[in-house]
Formats: sequence, C-alpha cells, structure tokens
Amino acid sequence: MAERIDISIEHRNVPEPLNDKPHPNTCPRCGSHYRDDELAENLHVCPHCNHHFAVRARQRIAQLADEGTFEEEAAELRSQDPLEFFDVRAYTERLVEAEQKTGQGDAMVIGGAAIERVPCEVAVMDFAFMGGSMGSVVGEKFCRACESAAGRGVTLVSVTASGGARMQEGILSLMQLPKTVCAVEDLKDAGGAMISVMGHPTTAGVLASFASLGDVIVAEPGALLAFTGPRVVQQTTREKLPEDFGLAESNVRFGHVDAIVGRRDLRPYLGRVLRLFSKNGAHGA
Amino acid sequence: MAREAELHLRDRLSRLKSIGLLRGASISGELARLQRQLEKTSEPTDQEIWQHVELARHPDRPYTLDYVERIFDDFVELHGDRARAEDPAMITGLGRLHGRTIAVLGQQKGRDTHDRIRRNYGMTYPEGYRKAMRVMEMAERHRFPVVSLVDTPGAYPGVAAEQHGQGGAIARSQALMSRLTVPIVACVIGEGGSGGAIAIALADRVLMQENAMYSVISPEGCAAILWRTGEERVKAAAALKPDAAHTLALGVIDAIVPEPEGGAHTNWDEAARLLGEALQSSMEDLSAIPGDELRRRRRARFRSLGVYASSTVSTDLSTEETPTPK
Repeated sequence: MAERIDISIEHRNVPEPLNDKPHPNTCPRCGSHYRDDELAENLHVCPHCNHHFAVRARQRIAQLADEGTFEEEAAELRSQDPLEFFDVRAYTERLVEAEQKTGQGDAMVIGGAAIERVPCEVAVMDFAFMGGSMGSVVGEKFCRACESAAGRGVTLVSVTASGGARMQEGILSLMQLPKTVCAVEDLKDAGGAMISVMGHPTTAGVLASFASLGDVIVAEPGALLAFTGPRVVQQTTREKLPEDFGLAESNVRFGHVDAIVGRRDLRPYLGRVLRLFSKNGAHGA
Repeated sequence: MAREAELHLRDRLSRLKSIGLLRGASISGELARLQRQLEKTSEPTDQEIWQHVELARHPDRPYTLDYVERIFDDFVELHGDRARAEDPAMITGLGRLHGRTIAVLGQQKGRDTHDRIRRNYGMTYPEGYRKAMRVMEMAERHRFPVVSLVDTPGAYPGVAAEQHGQGGAIARSQALMSRLTVPIVACVIGEGGSGGAIAIALADRVLMQENAMYSVISPEGCAAILWRTGEERVKAAAALKPDAAHTLALGVIDAIVPEPEGGAHTNWDEAARLLGEALQSSMEDLSAIPGDELRRRRRARFRSLGVYASSTVSTDLSTEETPTPK
C-alpha cells in the first residue's frame, strides 16, 4: 500500500501503544486513528486506506441484516470440555474468560434474517471468541443453520473469521469438518444455496470445510484465506513467500473465490445474489 | 481391590482383542465400554500416550503400499489427477478383496531418503486429493466400494499447495465422500494428521489401528502454539489424546484394528492379515445396506459428533461497545 502522507492532525489522538499492540481503533496499515462512532459509521473500514478492521459477529449482522429482522437461534449452546484439556491453563477457564470478554456463548452466531428484504439464514463467526476457532458448538450451530435454511427454503449466508479448528477439543474439533460438510450437502440436496463470505482470516479447518463449499464465494479485501498461514509455511518449507501469499487478491487470481467485495458493497451484493437464488428469481423486488 | 478389577478388565479386553477384535464394528460398543471402565482405573500416563505417537510414526511401520500388496489381489495403481499433476504422496488404484473389485486410496510415505522426498513424507498436495476424487467418482459409477488408508502428518503446507487450493480440495473431497452411495471403509494406519487425514476419511466405518494416532494438530504444533515451545510435545500429546482408545471412547472411530504384539512394524504380514480381516468384515456389514440409506447414515454419523451443552443462563450478555466520544 502507498506510504501514508503524514498529516499530524490525524495522529494527534492516537493513544500510546499498549504491550506493543496498537490501539484497536488505530489502522494497522496507515496509522489513522478513529473514535468508536467513526469506525461504526464507516462499517469498520478505514476511510483513509480502505483497511477492513475486524468486525464482531453482532456488528456484522447489524451491517447486513434489515433492521429488526434478525432472530437468533441456538444461542443457548455452550462448549464443554470432553478432553479435560489443560495446557498452561484449563480449557474451561479459557471458555469462561472468552465469554466474559466477548459476551458471546461461542465463536458463531446464527439465526434467521432478511437482507434487502430477502429472507435468509445467517451464520456469522466471531474472531474475538478464541480466535474464531471451530469446536463442537460452532459445528453444531452451523449444522442447525443449514437445517433451518433448508426448512424455511431460504439461502444460507455464512460469514467466516477463524483460525481453524479448536485444538482444545482435540479430535472432536477435527470432526467438525466432516460434520459441517455433511450439513452443507444436506442443504444442497434440499435445493438450498449457500453464499460464503470469507472475512479475515479464514484459515485451516474452516477453509478446509464449509467455507469453501459456498455456491458463491466472496472475500473481503486483504483477508487471509489459507489452509496454512504464512508463518508456518515459511518455517516448514523455508520457501520465499510471494508478497500477497494467501490473501484474498491472490485467491481470486488462482480461481478460488468468485469476487472480492468491499464491506460497503457487501449488503447490496448479497441482496442481488440472494434474489438470483430465490425460487421465483424476483424476491422482495 | 481396584487392582483386581483392573486385571479382570484387562483380561476381558485382551480376550476381545484375540478374537480378531473387529468382527465388524459389532463388538466395538462392548470394547468401548470396557475401555472406559479400564480408563477409570488407570488413565494412561503422558509417556504411554507419547509411545503411541512414536509407534504411529515408526520408520519400519508398514505403509499403504505394503498393506495393499498383501491385502488386495490384482492391484492396478492409477496415476494423475487428469488436470495438472501426479501426486506420489497419494496412492489410488483398483484391486480385489475376496473377489470383489475395490477402489483403494491412501497416503504413502517413503521408505528411504530418496523415496521420502519423492513421496513428500506422505503430505498430499491438492492434486493428490483431486486424484482421489477422480477415482472415487469412478468407483461410484461402477459401484466399487472404497477403502481408504490414512497415513499422513498433514496436508502439505507449501506456497504451491496454497495456490492450487489446498483448503478447497480438502473440503470438496469430504463433500464428495458424503455424496457417494457405495460403501466406504477408512482406516488410520499410522498418522491421522488433521485436515490432510479427514479429507479421505469421511467413511461409513472409520477404523484405527491399535498404535495409530488421529489428531487435529501434531503434538509439536500444539506445543508450539499453547506452550510456546515445541519441547512440550509429550504434554501436548497427552492433552490431545490422539491414541486409538481415546478416539474410540469419543465415538470418532467405530473400532480398533489390533496389531501384532509389539506393533505393526514387528510383523508386516500379520499386521496386514489383521487389517485385511477388519476391512473385509466391515465391508460385509455394509454391503447389504442400500446406497441411499448408506449415505443417509454416513451423514448422520458425522452429524452426531461433538460434545456441547445447553446453557440455562441468560444469553443476553451482550457487551457491545457503546460509542464513547473522545
């Protein structure tokens, strides 16, 4: 990206970095800093350089769904600890902390909604909850979203942001890959469609399962979409990585996604695709 | 007293194993029950779990082709994905098991340095999964059952593999397996390494050899992330519980295939005989089920995997940041 012109007025209110991490409202690409309301107004996209900030699941739903149409499903599901997993801390402790920090029961929110007046089902991941990792609850919620979409005869819109499977659930987290794949196939057999929106990042187990199975797959600009992230590839293979390794832009070039759609255009884009997939082709007009 | 109970359980468990253990998945329920009881009296130590990892990776362990030549008659290997490349890390072909034509898939590691490099240590490229998919589609058309032998540290993590669509290939291979109407039996014969393994393991019967491992991430990778040092791989393995007994107890596999005393590497012929018996008996169980029903049950099997709870606590804990003008 082009060097940012250093205009001091835009730097004036940048808080001091905390633990070497820039403030979440400071653009990591150009250094511009925003108030919460400014970011929200701009759909969490930097107006200066078009960097797409992370969006929480409920913010995403608010950005996409027609006001007041979202009805959450399966909100009561909570992870358990089948392996009694303990690394330097207990998994149960990490779960409690994640729920307190994010206000979410787990890393996915599902429910019925309408986008540009077309009824649909949405399944949206929340990266803030343990890196958006997919364990039993994410797998189960995604399957229920597929079933709900099939039951109501609507299209499923999936929005992903995930580091992959949740290793604290061991082999059961790996089993969420085939589980979600089977759910998508059931939905497709029932005549349903799925639109996959890949946010940053969509990697490993989520990329290697339902996210890649959308009838239409779109990516957000600059999103990392890779089975293995650049750091691990570099460490394992010592290959020289291309500058755009694994990014949405590279994935379009290699034919893995249909389009890159910026966040400001996402809602109308989804509306158009949803209308094309709706049974009479002219939903909501 | 507890000691006595443990001995009794171990005795019953060993008798179950000695009758071929696998006569179908039919006794696996019994085995799982015994195994769980046994685990209550003696949870394996970290070192014991690590031993499974080492045995699963033993350099003298039989690989896919070693089993294929001992189990299948008239095996013909098929090469290439018909689009871009031939991936020697993935074996595909046709062979006969008790007279019936079977489509065979499986990752292949190399035996010596040259072979290991050629086979890419059993780490499949997207081309390998596409080759497997091509052969599975052919199997569906000709009503050949599918046998899949899983042995990979993981799908290959390289630049070209990403560019060629590693994630999508793994997803689509699973999707295809969920659509087949022919019987599929998969067995983890060594390392069942994460996405690279599940790509060819969405089967009607999932088996695992006694000393194989099946895991979402390698113990080294897990240690590097959670302990921030790969040195803690023994602890990571113990936490991940990738051994056959735990995997069976979690309902992820249907049965454990016994190995010769000391491990499969001590006697390839015997290991192949036991594996062949297990594959055959699983095939017999599945052959009477109509294709649509087979597919329905296969999907339902995977749909049911996972452990979660329904919270009764109020779900509206929303702490959405309210804009605070500065």
